Amino acid sequence: MASTLSTFKSLRLNRVGRDFGRLNALKELDFSIERGEFVALLGPSGCGKSTALNCIAGLLSTTRGSIWLDETRIDTMGPEERGFGMVFQNYALFPHMSVRDNIGFGLKMRGVPKADAAKRIDQAIATVRLEAQAEKLPGQLSGGQQQRVAIARAIVIEPPVVLMDEPLSNLDAKLRLEMRQEIRRIHAGLGSITLYVTHDQDEAMSLADRIVVLRDGEVRQIGTPEDLYLRPARLDVADFMGFRNRIPGRVVARSGDHIILDVAGTEFAGTLRSSLTGDSAIAVVRPDDMSVGETGLAATVEACEYRGRHFFGSAKAPGGIELFFRAPAAYRPGTPVKLAADPSRVLVYEGATP
Amino acid sequence: MRDVISPVRTLTDRIWVTFVWVVTGFFIVNLFAMIGTVIVSSLGTRWLGTWLPAGWTGNWYLSAWDEFQLGDLLTVTFEVVFAVVALSGLIGIPAAYALARRDFPGKRVVMLLLLLPLIIPPITYGIPLATVLYVTGLGGTLNGVILANLVPALPFVVLVMIPFIEQIDPRVEDAARVFGANTFRLFWHVLLPLLLPGALAALLLVLVRTIAMFELTFLTAGPGDQTLVVALYYAVFAAGVRAVQSIDAMAVVYMLTTLVWLIVALRFVNPTQMVTRGKQQQTDNG
Amino acid sequence: MSDTPSEHVPLRLRLAAKGIDGVTLLVLPLVVALILLFVYPFLYGLWLSFRPKDGSLLGNYAKFFSDPFLYETVGKTLWLAIPVTVINLVVAIPVALRVRLMRRQRVLTTILVLPITLGTVLVAEGMLNYFGPQGWFNRVLLTALGPQGWFNGPLMDVFGPHGWFDQTLMMGPLMTAPLISGPLKLVHNYTGVLLSLVITGFPFTFLLVLSYLTGIDPALEKAAATLGAGPGSRFRHIIMPLLLPGLAVTFCLGFVQAYSVFPSAVLLGAPSGPTRVISIAAYEAAFEQYDYSLASAIAMIMGVTLLLVVIAVLGARTLVYRGPAGGGKG
Ligand SMILES: Nc1ncnc2c1ncn2[C@@H]1O[C@H](COP(=O)(O)OP(=O)(O)OP(=O)(O)O)[C@@H](O)[C@H]1O
Ligand SMILES: [Mg+2]
Repeated sequence: MASTLSTFKSLRLNRVGRDFGRLNALKELDFSIERGEFVALLGPSGCGKSTALNCIAGLLSTTRGSIWLDETRIDTMGPEERGFGMVFQNYALFPHMSVRDNIGFGLKMRGVPKADAAKRIDQAIATVRLEAQAEKLPGQLSGGQQQRVAIARAIVIEPPVVLMDEPLSNLDAKLRLEMRQEIRRIHAGLGSITLYVTHDQDEAMSLADRIVVLRDGEVRQIGTPEDLYLRPARLDVADFMGFRNRIPGRVVARSGDHIILDVAGTEFAGTLRSSLTGDSAIAVVRPDDMSVGETGLAATVEACEYRGRHFFGSAKAPGGIELFFRAPAAYRPGTPVKLAADPSRVLVYEGATP
Repeated sequence: MRDVISPVRTLTDRIWVTFVWVVTGFFIVNLFAMIGTVIVSSLGTRWLGTWLPAGWTGNWYLSAWDEFQLGDLLTVTFEVVFAVVALSGLIGIPAAYALARRDFPGKRVVMLLLLLPLIIPPITYGIPLATVLYVTGLGGTLNGVILANLVPALPFVVLVMIPFIEQIDPRVEDAARVFGANTFRLFWHVLLPLLLPGALAALLLVLVRTIAMFELTFLTAGPGDQTLVVALYYAVFAAGVRAVQSIDAMAVVYMLTTLVWLIVALRFVNPTQMVTRGKQQQTDNG
Repeated sequence: MSDTPSEHVPLRLRLAAKGIDGVTLLVLPLVVALILLFVYPFLYGLWLSFRPKDGSLLGNYAKFFSDPFLYETVGKTLWLAIPVTVINLVVAIPVALRVRLMRRQRVLTTILVLPITLGTVLVAEGMLNYFGPQGWFNRVLLTALGPQGWFNGPLMDVFGPHGWFDQTLMMGPLMTAPLISGPLKLVHNYTGVLLSLVITGFPFTFLLVLSYLTGIDPALEKAAATLGAGPGSRFRHIIMPLLLPGLAVTFCLGFVQAYSVFPSAVLLGAPSGPTRVISIAAYEAAFEQYDYSLASAIAMIMGVTLLLVVIAVLGARTLVYRGPAGGGKG
């Protein structure tokens, strides 16, 4: 099986859907991934990321649609026939096998000769830096070590498709950064498809060639990290991508993309990112792009947190609008400030009543 | 817990502790003395109106072996017991797996069906069951005895195994599949090793319970397929026909066959499980 | 993409969505076995009980409730089963409450599981010797309290005629004869069966209560303690309400065992007199008179009586306490 699949070109999801009883957990997933691509599946908790991954792995049957590896339909195959590698969200290590045997399980199932297998296992153990733990049982490992065993187990078989379900969620910050690089390097070495599930936009952007944003079981946007960072297609995607300031306003002027809103009597300029029918709109801005200046929205500081190089402030503007901004100094609560942002960094979407 | 419940301090506390120890002590002393009586009697030459027998001998075991055909009885007992253990394992463990892993229409009915034979006493369902077995010609045969003993054994295995299987993460099985294991290899490399401790415990408990199961065997066995415990009943019932010491020798043999397996079983289970058949309790190693 | 062939979901997958697949089929052998060996015989017995020898529909039941030799067995069985169950439970609760705090419970639980494992027949044989007129139990009693016993002299000196009580306090003799004049009759009567039911039933009750007790989250008690509840109110307000459902179940299971007493009622009791329990009646009908129809009817009556008691106990439980059904493990 693996030999026919190792020369594949793309993995294609054709309007895949999955229901749990009456719950529409996945609706019409429709995209394809080319060989060599690293794709992140990004979305908030409960949006269906694991469900999507399990459907691709064959652990969940699909309710609708089909999945293809080139011209082979795979959604009707059992998970063991697909030959994928997978890192499970809660590791799913074999509790009765040593770290070595866990990692070697896939090779054993594939009938790889012992000597060859031993060499590949050693290599995988070295990659995830578990040399000292090789003979332990999973129960004797820390959460982070277990996670690394799970990663090694998935990559040692050099699968055409590697599925990872939040593989780094249990690591400390430093190890997480190291493992990110490691995963990237492993991916480049395998030359296969990696589909990586995460709810951390930072992780998705630093790792992926392309990001699929999922929400309520629906694809909201597919694009490069840069696309998503700079040009979220929809308000909810922007929300998820860190545009924390939501400023409702009334449209007063518009030329092409350039748009000026009236926010509680102050003019606020931005870039229109969606169609516009009425005259109410919502502007979104990242806190990092919101700064204190001579002009801008008048607000009163409510709190200020220390963030290393700078301070992170929150303030309240008239009308109850909450604003988050980057502060050069520690403002006392109650200080009046004026907050402004570069119009190219202010994204405006059609909104409900202001 | 210990830090909350204060150590013995007040008078009521002392009275309570004393009461508990007197009751348990009295119970245990009498229990051991009762078992001791049987053992001493089986080893004594003549024991009438004295504290201990007049002399000691092992001959009662030899005579009991011939009189009661203990060899045959042991053979039948173990034939029955091992058949029951094997069948209840083969039928019960896969069923427990399905019940632990799947939610299907009618599952509640199956669960009720499992509870009933454990709640209704064997003598109550044993009489209609024996009737049916005699009508179908299975009554009074070894197979009939085995079938009757399956009725409490099957639900017991299933109900012990369900919580045990539930605590095995189903993702582990998913992982095995993703990494290329077909059904057989999944079973052999992953499920079997994970199930083994629980299955061993459940089957050992069934073994001990089946050796001691009197009522069902009594109701369904013919003269040729009595188990040890039923033969012991008849011997005690007809006391006076044989020497008491001889009956006691048989009782000791019965006791040994049970206790050997009980000791083995207790390596795997908590004694509480003999009665609760509920969730696996953590064995306290304290 | 619209040209992808056959998008319809196969039946296998649709059934799988309902939870029916190859794995689910593994329950089939179990269900078939239970239906053939348990449900069918029960229904057959029920049907048979309405087909008595005399041909009438209710002949067996009429016979049972008109023949004192038969209907009295219900009372006799209850007269054994209820006291035994109550005694076992009342003693088991305080013991379990204390034992739960012990570190080395396992030694005790292992010893107590012995009589359950050995079974009633062996216990009966042991009791016949041990509690018999020549047995160690009576010997110890006589040695201690009999006419020539160690304590008889001192007791007589205090309580007997011309003793301290009589002469110094002028209150008259409290004892005129030794406490025990001969061996107590402890077997081949009601007491024998009662004792045997305690010997096998007490450990059973105790182990069940203990498992319910250990199932109660110790954090609850700690929380109550930090809120100022002493041992007494902790027991009343935390342990007891949580334990009650378990006690109800324990009572039911203990009662069911005692109610179906058979070998010890024959071997240790007076099977034609005060301990002619309902199982004996059913057994005799089936295997001595070969009247399977009447035997089935008696078995059904037995089942119904059990059911009534269980429903009554569980119903009383809901009247007393309407909390979640499980204090710990179910
Ligand atoms: N077996 C199931 N039965 C019913 N509903 C389910 C089942 N599995 C998942 N769901 C539901 O489907 C939705 C998507 O779940 P999923 O596990 O895919 O979320 P997720 O995106 O992976 O979340 P997280 O980041 O928290 O892991 C959730 O609303 C969940 O409750
Ligand atoms: Mg998930």
